[in-house]
Amino acid sequence: MTRLAAHSRYPVRLSLNDTPVEAEAEPRMLLSDFLRHRIGATGTHVGCEHGVCGACTVIVDGMLTRSCLTLAAQVDGCEVQTVEGLAPSPDRLGILQQAFRRNHALQCGFCTAGILMSLDHYLRRNPSPREADIRDLLSGHLCRCTGYTPIIKAALEAAAELAATTEEKSDA
Amino acid sequence: MAQPAARSASVDVERRPWVGRSIERVEDAALLTGRGRFIDDLGTPPGTLHAAILRSPHAHADIVSIDAEAARRAPDVAAVLTGEQVKAMTSSLVVGVKAPVECWPIATERVRYVGEPVAVVVATDRARAEDAADLIDVNYQPRAAVIDPLAALAADAPVLHDGFPGNLASDRSFSYGNPEQAFAEAAHRFSIDIRYPRNSCTPIETYGVIASYEAAEDAFDVLANFQGPFSIHTVISRALKVPGNRLRLRTPPDSGGSFGVKQGVFPYIVLIGAASRAAGRPVKWIEDRLEHLTASVSATNRATKLSAAVAADGRVLALDWDQVEDCGAHLRAPEPATLYRMHGNLTGAYDIRHVRVRNRVVVTNKTPTGLNRGFGGPQVYFALERLMQRIAIGLDLDPLEVIRRNLVPAGAFPYRTATGALLDSGNYQEAIAKAVEQGKLAELMARREEARAQGSLYGIGFTAVVEPSVSNMGYITTVLTAAERRKAGPKNGAQATATVALDPVGGVTVHVASVPQGQGHRTVLSQVVADVFGLKPQDVRVNTEIDTAKDAWSIASGNYASRFAAAVAGSAKLAAERIAHRLARVAASQLNVEPVDIVFAGGFVVSKRNPENRVAFSRVAALGHWSPGSLPDDAGQTIRETVFWTPPELTAPDDEDRINSSLCHGFIFDFCGVEVDRTTFETRIDRYVTMHDCGTILHPAMVNGQIRGGFAQALGAALYEEYAYAADGSFLTGTFADYLLPTTTEVPEPQIIHMETPSPFTPLGAKGVGEGNCMSTPVCIANAVADALGLEDVTLPLVPAKLAGLTRGPEPEPPAGRSSAKPAREGDRRLHGEGSASVNAAPDQVWAMLLDVTTLQAVIPGCQRVDKVSDTHFRADVTLGIGPVTGRYRADAQLFDLDPPNAVTLRGKAEGALGFGDAEGRITLAPDGKGGTKLHYSYDAAIGGKVASIGGRLLDGATRVIIGQFFAALAHQAGGAPAGGFSLFALLRRLANLFGGRQ
Repeated sequence: MTRLAAHSRYPVRLSLNDTPVEAEAEPRMLLSDFLRHRIGATGTHVGCEHGVCGACTVIVDGMLTRSCLTLAAQVDGCEVQTVEGLAPSPDRLGILQQAFRRNHALQCGFCTAGILMSLDHYLRRNPSPREADIRDLLSGHLCRCTGYTPIIKAALEAAAELAATTEEKSDA
Repeated sequence: MAQPAARSASVDVERRPWVGRSIERVEDAALLTGRGRFIDDLGTPPGTLHAAILRSPHAHADIVSIDAEAARRAPDVAAVLTGEQVKAMTSSLVVGVKAPVECWPIATERVRYVGEPVAVVVATDRARAEDAADLIDVNYQPRAAVIDPLAALAADAPVLHDGFPGNLASDRSFSYGNPEQAFAEAAHRFSIDIRYPRNSCTPIETYGVIASYEAAEDAFDVLANFQGPFSIHTVISRALKVPGNRLRLRTPPDSGGSFGVKQGVFPYIVLIGAASRAAGRPVKWIEDRLEHLTASVSATNRATKLSAAVAADGRVLALDWDQVEDCGAHLRAPEPATLYRMHGNLTGAYDIRHVRVRNRVVVTNKTPTGLNRGFGGPQVYFALERLMQRIAIGLDLDPLEVIRRNLVPAGAFPYRTATGALLDSGNYQEAIAKAVEQGKLAELMARREEARAQGSLYGIGFTAVVEPSVSNMGYITTVLTAAERRKAGPKNGAQATATVALDPVGGVTVHVASVPQGQGHRTVLSQVVADVFGLKPQDVRVNTEIDTAKDAWSIASGNYASRFAAAVAGSAKLAAERIAHRLARVAASQLNVEPVDIVFAGGFVVSKRNPENRVAFSRVAALGHWSPGSLPDDAGQTIRETVFWTPPELTAPDDEDRINSSLCHGFIFDFCGVEVDRTTFETRIDRYVTMHDCGTILHPAMVNGQIRGGFAQALGAALYEEYAYAADGSFLTGTFADYLLPTTTEVPEPQIIHMETPSPFTPLGAKGVGEGNCMSTPVCIANAVADALGLEDVTLPLVPAKLAGLTRGPEPEPPAGRSSAKPAREGDRRLHGEGSASVNAAPDQVWAMLLDVTTLQAVIPGCQRVDKVSDTHFRADVTLGIGPVTGRYRADAQLFDLDPPNAVTLRGKAEGALGFGDAEGRITLAPDGKGGTKLHYSYDAAIGGKVASIGGRLLDGATRVIIGQFFAALAHQAGGAPAGGFSLFALLRRLANLFGGRQ
């Protein structure tokens, strides 16, 4: 493992939502701060900086990751997915995002990015979840606005819709 | 000001108004794709510096000295401000009561709560500012602290402010009707003593401020996620010593929740403003979570004694309130508003004509209080609705029947309460009947019987609550006497404002000063204004950012007191109607019809009698720009209209101290069934029914969103959340692992039932709905738990340990020979422990190494330097990390009872950015018979400051790791490493500073 000097900056290169990005970071810089302030990807939010609230959740090499508990230097060479990569195109929302909007599953929207990342990651691997599964998954996210139940409903609706879409595709 | 032409046009193409429909929110697309624009997402001017704040680890201490020289010399540091510098540049914040007391945004000479700012460091980035803050040496002389509001009133209590003798900031007594007679004549008297705890709605986005001082114009430009009320603008400008027109306060487009809490950012606007002035550059500060939990703002905790004079049939004849409000260390504006917000509503939903009140406000060594969702409601209703249950039990009546017998009569609206509120509309009896039927109360009662028959602890709770909204800006003056009010001049009303503008191609723009934090104001306003102009919501663009230099605003502007639907949306309607009225005249002349024949529908301005005769809305709307000469002479301009609206019902307190504290009064009736686990004492919400009458509903999904959100926060307040303090004022809940919020696994879906009794006092008939469940739900759950466990008294939060104690009594002693259980977390920061280790060196060799400075310096991890004051007295500077937080400590240790090379006692203390500690330890060394040393240690330590706030979870683990590492290193050193040796000093240092966990 390379030893990094505390007050020097090092280049960090990663794939962000399938696009290569590069910027310099001190060894102590958190991934959350790197994404937000070095790359300008401010969709990932910082709520607690101690790994409890879940707002900063991103996907690193296929793993759900708290970006506030991860150093930027650790993800050099990794594939990182954030909320900015969820929509199919800038003017369209994905199925999960649409379900959130339809169900009023967000109010201030500050915690939403992390919740979307956890759900996106989970639903890809678990296409037909039960309500209890979703509640268990999202117990690692804090939301102060919605009282959670619209989020659960949106997740279940999106799961059903995604499953139907997948079936159609496999039929075709 | 409603105009017939506009009103009759409130339809879309389907002839159905947009208001009342749950359309998708215009806000959501950006928020769902990561394109929100919260304060930390916005760019800053080139050269912007970043601030870090050094905070007090002590609850109460004199600042003997501050040495900031090293910080000032640190790389990339532009400025370091202490209280002295801030005081020189600013004035004291206004204090809400008449007293010779100052209130600064930073400690000056004395700290009064853990987390109080002591210095602000400004550097090129946040990390460097924090590095430099670690270099500041503050010498504190601790004082005794007081954290309990009743203890603060004791004659021998430590006094926080000389201007508040006995810590009493205000003491007012009120009498309405004839309570003495009612109590003397009543058949029964019931009383209840309540302690309402401290909690907060903790938005997930923390505070943020970007301030810039413009020296050329002696003006400040500030961007902050402040939420109002903008009466605070006057407090800030006064503190920054500029007139209001030289404080430009702006808000970002998005704000990550507030629930009242972001009102409390205002002292930081002053602090960061001063920092910008000192540094000569823009300065940005984003609060971190530890700062937020420790020192942002809290709801008040309150000690209440409430008595009721009760007739034999359960009718409450009189109430006697004795409230002691704890506002923390400083009385910051607008406090003591939490205490007076409910003053008109102290009789709740009940027809009680005689009321006596004593309101005392005290200061304690805790974080200053401020706005928090519910604002005074949770505290008042917890006492009132617990008492109603007590009365029912005392008289052997059904609790719901006692509620029913006391309700304000259905035909009595508008109803003036004894203390002065004018309840605008409602039918509480019908609402309860509806809730009982639709919420299936009979089924729930049967369920309780069944559960109890099977041995379960099952209870049902009820609450009836009046939810006030749209605060009267004059209610706070009830804290003054009538004579003081006359001298100060009248304060009343609730100015709301909205601007509607038409652009040169007929586009409609709406601006309001409502500063939403996720409540969907932009969507609702687009519905309201689309209805007036016969457009679609997407045709109307709404801006809710505020810029006090350019926008219409007043002191009541902002997002609080649930004022949006009732006041702000109504003002937007009025502004749109004024323009529509003029456009109708323009169109009438073009279509050659009378203005009364004009309607706005489907994007056209149309003749009612002959719908073929019409003109596109955009054409009529654009005319004012392109051809003002074509407008009828008396139509006036049609480009832009700003409406200020304040309801005449909101008058100042009268000479008898009656105050209509709020304009609107919704009604809530809740009941719930809970089951308490017999083994774990965990409370599970089995069913929760909440009935709301919030007047006309503008957007049903958003109203339900407010109810669900408030319910979840209230559930947290009832079961989990408390800002906990140790007896010495140390703050114990500085992380979300210590301050527990409800998650998806704890929050059920409440059954929401509606009834709509429009308010006669608001333009749309709407009332506020955002805060009600924060008032009704905590006490409803408490009543249910009391019913389940047969308890007379319950205190929030209803954590299992508390319920177990109340039900079973104190925990029994463990069986002999078993290690004793960990002491209760609350208030216990004394740490004890012992252990032993083997070291591969003879006792006299180990002993010698312990007293050698060179050895110590080499073996103490992170040691910067060791000074030997005498043979038995050392001082050291050490940098140490606990979990993710690394800090510098200054330690001072002395040796006593030396018995070389067998035993020694150490006493020491250490202080640093992360906190302070003192410890005493006894170490014995004995030969192990193999040439080595068997070492035994025991210690007794106390810690405070940040280390205490981040909690036992982290420290328990850190302690184990550090002890393990220490002895591993010791064994290694003794095994022949050059500087080999065991550092008694390091052990002491670690005990003193780091052993936050309990062994």
